[in-house]
Amino acid sequence: MPKHADIKKVLVLGSGPIVIGQAAEFDYAGTQACRSLKEEGIEVVLLNSNPATIMTDKDIADRVYIEPLTLEVVEQLILKEKPDSVLPTLGGQAGLNLAMELEEAGFLKANHVRLIGTTAETIKKAEDRLEFKETMEKIGEPVAPSLVVENVQDGINFAEEIGYPVVLRPAYTLGGSGGGIAKNREELVEILENGLRLSRVGQVLVERCIAGWKEIEYEVMRDGAGNVITVCNMENLDPVGIHTGDSIVVAPSQTLGDKEYQMLRTSALNIISELKITGGCNVQFALHPTSFEYCVIEVNPRVSRSSALASKATGYPIAKVAAKIALGYTLDEIKNAVTQKTYASFEPMLDYCVVKMPRLPFDKFISAKRKLGTQMKATGEVMSICTNFEGALMKAIRSLEQHVDCLMSYDFSKMTDDELVKQLDIVDDRRIWVIAEALRRNFSYEMIHDITKIDIWFIDKLAIIVEMENALKAVGKAVQTGTPALHALSSELLAEAKRIEFPDTVISRLTHISVDEIKGMRKDHGIVAAYKMVDTCAAEFAAATPYYYSCFGSENEADGTADRKKVLVLGSGPIRIGQGIEFDFCSVHSTWAFSKEGYETVIVNNNPETVSTDFDIADKLYFEPLTPEDVESIVDIEKPDGAVVQFGGQTAIKLTEALMKMGVPILGTAAEDVDAAEDRELFDEILEKCQIPRPAGHTVFTAEEAKKAANELGYPVLVRPSYVLGGQGMQIAIHDQDIDEFIGIINQIAQEHPILVDKYIMGKEIEVDAICDGTDILIPGIMEHIERTGIHSGDSISVYPAPSISDKNRATIVDYTEKLARALHVKGMINIQFIVDGDDVYIIEVNPRSSRTVPYISKVTGIPIVPLATQIICGHTIRELGYTPGLQPEAKYIAIKMPVFSFEKIRGADISLGPEMKSTGECLGIAKTFNEALYKAFQGAGIKLPKYKNMIITVRDSDKEDVIPIAKRFAALGYKIFATKGTAKALNDGGVKAIRVNKIEQESPNLMDLILGHEIDLVIDTPPQGVDRSHDGFLIRRNAIETGVNVLTSLDTAAALATSMENRAQELTLVNIAEI
Amino acid sequence: MKAFLILEDGTVFTGTSIGSQREVISEIVFNTSMTGYLEVLTDPSYAGQAVVMTYPLIGNYGICREDMESQKPWPDGYIVRELSRIPSNFRSGDTIQHFLEQNDIPGISGIDTRSLTKILREKGTMNGMITTHEYSSLDEVIPRLKQYSVKGVVAATTCEKPYVLPGNGKKVALLDLGAKNNIARSLNERGCEVTVYPAYTPAETILASHPDGIMLSNGPGDPAENVEIIKEIRKLYESDIPIFAICLGHQLMALATGAKTYKLKYGHRGGNHPVKDLETGRVYISSQNHGYAVDTESLDPHVAVPAFVNVNDGTNEGLKYTGKNIFTVQYHPEACPGPQDSGYLFDRFLKMMEVTR
Repeated sequence: MPKHADIKKVLVLGSGPIVIGQAAEFDYAGTQACRSLKEEGIEVVLLNSNPATIMTDKDIADRVYIEPLTLEVVEQLILKEKPDSVLPTLGGQAGLNLAMELEEAGFLKANHVRLIGTTAETIKKAEDRLEFKETMEKIGEPVAPSLVVENVQDGINFAEEIGYPVVLRPAYTLGGSGGGIAKNREELVEILENGLRLSRVGQVLVERCIAGWKEIEYEVMRDGAGNVITVCNMENLDPVGIHTGDSIVVAPSQTLGDKEYQMLRTSALNIISELKITGGCNVQFALHPTSFEYCVIEVNPRVSRSSALASKATGYPIAKVAAKIALGYTLDEIKNAVTQKTYASFEPMLDYCVVKMPRLPFDKFISAKRKLGTQMKATGEVMSICTNFEGALMKAIRSLEQHVDCLMSYDFSKMTDDELVKQLDIVDDRRIWVIAEALRRNFSYEMIHDITKIDIWFIDKLAIIVEMENALKAVGKAVQTGTPALHALSSELLAEAKRIEFPDTVISRLTHISVDEIKGMRKDHGIVAAYKMVDTCAAEFAAATPYYYSCFGSENEADGTADRKKVLVLGSGPIRIGQGIEFDFCSVHSTWAFSKEGYETVIVNNNPETVSTDFDIADKLYFEPLTPEDVESIVDIEKPDGAVVQFGGQTAIKLTEALMKMGVPILGTAAEDVDAAEDRELFDEILEKCQIPRPAGHTVFTAEEAKKAANELGYPVLVRPSYVLGGQGMQIAIHDQDIDEFIGIINQIAQEHPILVDKYIMGKEIEVDAICDGTDILIPGIMEHIERTGIHSGDSISVYPAPSISDKNRATIVDYTEKLARALHVKGMINIQFIVDGDDVYIIEVNPRSSRTVPYISKVTGIPIVPLATQIICGHTIRELGYTPGLQPEAKYIAIKMPVFSFEKIRGADISLGPEMKSTGECLGIAKTFNEALYKAFQGAGIKLPKYKNMIITVRDSDKEDVIPIAKRFAALGYKIFATKGTAKALNDGGVKAIRVNKIEQESPNLMDLILGHEIDLVIDTPPQGVDRSHDGFLIRRNAIETGVNVLTSLDTAAALATSMENRAQELTLVNIAEI
Repeated sequence: MKAFLILEDGTVFTGTSIGSQREVISEIVFNTSMTGYLEVLTDPSYAGQAVVMTYPLIGNYGICREDMESQKPWPDGYIVRELSRIPSNFRSGDTIQHFLEQNDIPGISGIDTRSLTKILREKGTMNGMITTHEYSSLDEVIPRLKQYSVKGVVAATTCEKPYVLPGNGKKVALLDLGAKNNIARSLNERGCEVTVYPAYTPAETILASHPDGIMLSNGPGDPAENVEIIKEIRKLYESDIPIFAICLGHQLMALATGAKTYKLKYGHRGGNHPVKDLETGRVYISSQNHGYAVDTESLDPHVAVPAFVNVNDGTNEGLKYTGKNIFTVQYHPEACPGPQDSGYLFDRFLKMMEVTR
């Protein structure tokens, strides 16, 4: 079937800001789809509020709108751009929900626009709990007994009928928001109330609990002619009960026989056929571990996180094919992009094993509960490929960048056996480590299985890893008693350890043989990494796609020879708080720019959700962990002429030293200059030489030294470890007690680097990204934060161009930027953060690399920052490239970057903002005026007020005066203000009417009742600085967030919100950023 | 114990011996299925061949005897990357290691099966030896390898005497050319009474039983070798009884009616091959296991026309016989292992028998 001739202009809906449950995978899918549409000559209009995405680039779509994903905006956009079709299936749940709203509003029909890739009926059949159940019953596919309820009492009645435990799943939420397992009536009421409120349609499914069954997923595709295929199946190591996004997932399934495999495959195909999906679809099953009984858990009638994983696991480009299907092509007409010979109508066959592990944010949210359940908590994930499961798991572990590199990385050895048994029953991110400890103590497989329900096949694989640890420990004992290394460690044992991917560092730790010696022994015995191709067909057909993974004991397929210069681009690993999708944007653009400069490009990355790990971005893709050893093995094969580290965030920067040792030249800013920016003493010298002030500070190693330094500087002080990202472990301390606490937390993680203690200066925070060619400096723009210092730049609202700094300050900032860039011999990118306090400008941080703000500044200024920096790294100069050095003229638009948080997903996390970054994503408001840009930014972040016009204010003493004018503005907007005693008094004294309410621990009605009453729009709660020991404040914030109430913990943010609301009446002007 | 796989091109893979330690020379073929290793092992079509599994982790779910496609495993040898130490499945009654030993099947594990597959893909299917003997020179081995050819395998795999699977519906005569159990089972499940006949049964015997339909099964080896059987099939063709044939049966029917077959470079063995139904345009993912194909150039359109084609390489996947109630497919609608998408072909056969009566 040829493509539909009447599809000429398509509106593609993106998924908006990165939140838990909806991450970079939709940038990957959307980008692939847009490119696929353009290939067919379709004019592509793109709508996505997320500026850090690659899909919002003018080279990806023809017309690009970084605007809020609201019904209002999308309707206006359709009227403006007049697309003939809307493609919503690549924008995650956000895109799908928006499509449903459009359909329900009758807007599409009225304007003769059609949905492609799916239909409203299909979405309803798959997503509406009742319709889904009816559809499954119609085709005889089993679902767990369940009932959709719209009130708590019905839920109780049904749960008591089918028996506890029951699973609760709110309809139309992403990442399973608000869901959970209730073991009794009390838990049911709590979860159900919350779920009903979070569901877009006020429905929650109460269902028989099938926790402990095998969780199996199938990625299936269907075209308009009814042809159906399976791309991949996946098995969760963690049985049903843990969200698949938080589970360790393996592809293909390992413990299913062909009978089970085909039974579920047939079921998945029957489902996609009945739903008449045209494109990709994900079907999740629960399979009884000791029978053929199964239940369909869920169907996602769209491209999903799992489909991104399946694409990377198999090489089958699901999003690309889905876009072609949406245009009317059939599977047998679409070429298999990997083999270039076969067609998309086949099923990939793997000759390797893939493991995905979630990247959970508990290192950022120390107070959060690590427990995993049906609510997804992971911010990102890593994938690894090997010819065996053990190796794939070991590679995945070290890809996480969470100070883990083997099954000994979390220590449970101090627990008693009884404690360990209890620990096994706790489902959290450390469970495989607990199992490893249990295996070390010879707990039986059956016992571990009985508690965890994890299949014994997986337990045996963990045991193989533990046995290898023991074998290596035995070698270590021999070495310690004087046996020469060469005798103690046989080449057979070393080969076996490498076959299951023990890193040299771990082997060294266990054997007491140095890493260099081990490396030497490996080379002597030919125990080196070989690279195999991911080719979709298990080598049945020759493939041209240079997509590789490593394994040991095999023949190498990667050909390192090159006829041109070759650059190694290091990616940024898993998406985590502090290092998000923006670094993938930078890596990808840099790769493209190197390519244009005539380089052969080689990307190394391990994140299956990203564009950079799509096999057609670079000339070669190595899907590998980003550790020195893994990178060195690639370097041995590829022998690159240089490596670029400045675009892959802190992950890549951390590899600088190792690359130098391998003899790989660092392209751009030299390694010693990177170090100079990060090393406190070296950096202080440079500042002194340049006569640039910074807040006074000291470098310390112990809590005692820190307290001494703090008292010398005078509190408040900023305490932080050096060499971190996203301000991890950074805190403001106001007295000695705080310091003890912080240093304790910091030292939970092995500390090779010193701790910094700086004077905390309250002022305006300014951020600059600049490009330097060694002589000249180009500054695309200056950004100012709405929140004053003390809140991490990633969590602040950032405004370009800086609205409130004086010309003098501006000149100083430009001067300091130029001086620093020159002093650090920057070639490429530099990011600097300043504090402006009156006329004084201080430096607070310098990053000799690309930053979080680069994508948005590129888009609003129209200056292709990453390509320019890359060209400069290749030897061009700013002038030669046609740019005038210095601060560039201000753009015609104002752009406001708004942080977006996922606090509701992380139970127990403190949401108050501070120097440690907590946001997961961002959106942009772009407009001709500040007010409109601000309004759009808040809309994009999902803060859509007013609703009930009730708010709560409770502020720390130091804010009591400043809160008055802000409260007045909310009162003027019609808000009824509730406040705690002290705040209420301050407000009433200041002439703002405020109703006093009791604190939580006081009698009802108190704050909690108010919040749970569901009629509060907003809570302004500024916690005291330092460690907020008030349990009250924490409870207020948590309860507000969990009941969907907006909470602001900075007065600056609150003032900005008031401004936005005061100006909300205006008509929006949609900006096509492709024209900038 | 160390084991070696020696290919006729001189390539030697060194691994670990699994199963029997007997030395064996066979034709080496690869299968890309990710599940269904027991079905593969017990598929009689592998008689005379040694199978390489491209999926590296084999034996994970042990041996579930009810999944066996015949009474015993047929391959001469078994080549894998890794065998699971333990089986894990509620139905498993044995380990694959023990199963191979018990059935005296030699094998090798721990080799780079992808590298081996690439050799077979590039150079074509070739012969090889699995041995635990460390030969100091291959000069003596290679000529022995070259001499080997797959012979007499239909005779080896077919049943000894006829037997009946009772049913209340249509009477089907199934000619067992090395049949997988699920062919008879698929018919039986649809109510058919299935009488299974040995491969060398005279056509007259079958026709004398007045079946409602005749089913020609899959089977091993070079189709053209089966001269006698082809003669009998010609007689079946000339009857008016509806015939449905799979794999070797499909090839033999083509040969019986004047077409030719040829050996594919490395065959189709796996569960992911797309076949297009030329009548409807629909594409089905199929289970396949064949080293030979019908040459469509040699078809006389008055006798037979292509009905199915392989989307990947354009080879013939099925024929429709002009003016006859006969259709044949190269692939395996009985699945086991592999996709069940083509089970509808059995229904088509049933309908054909219905209409004919």
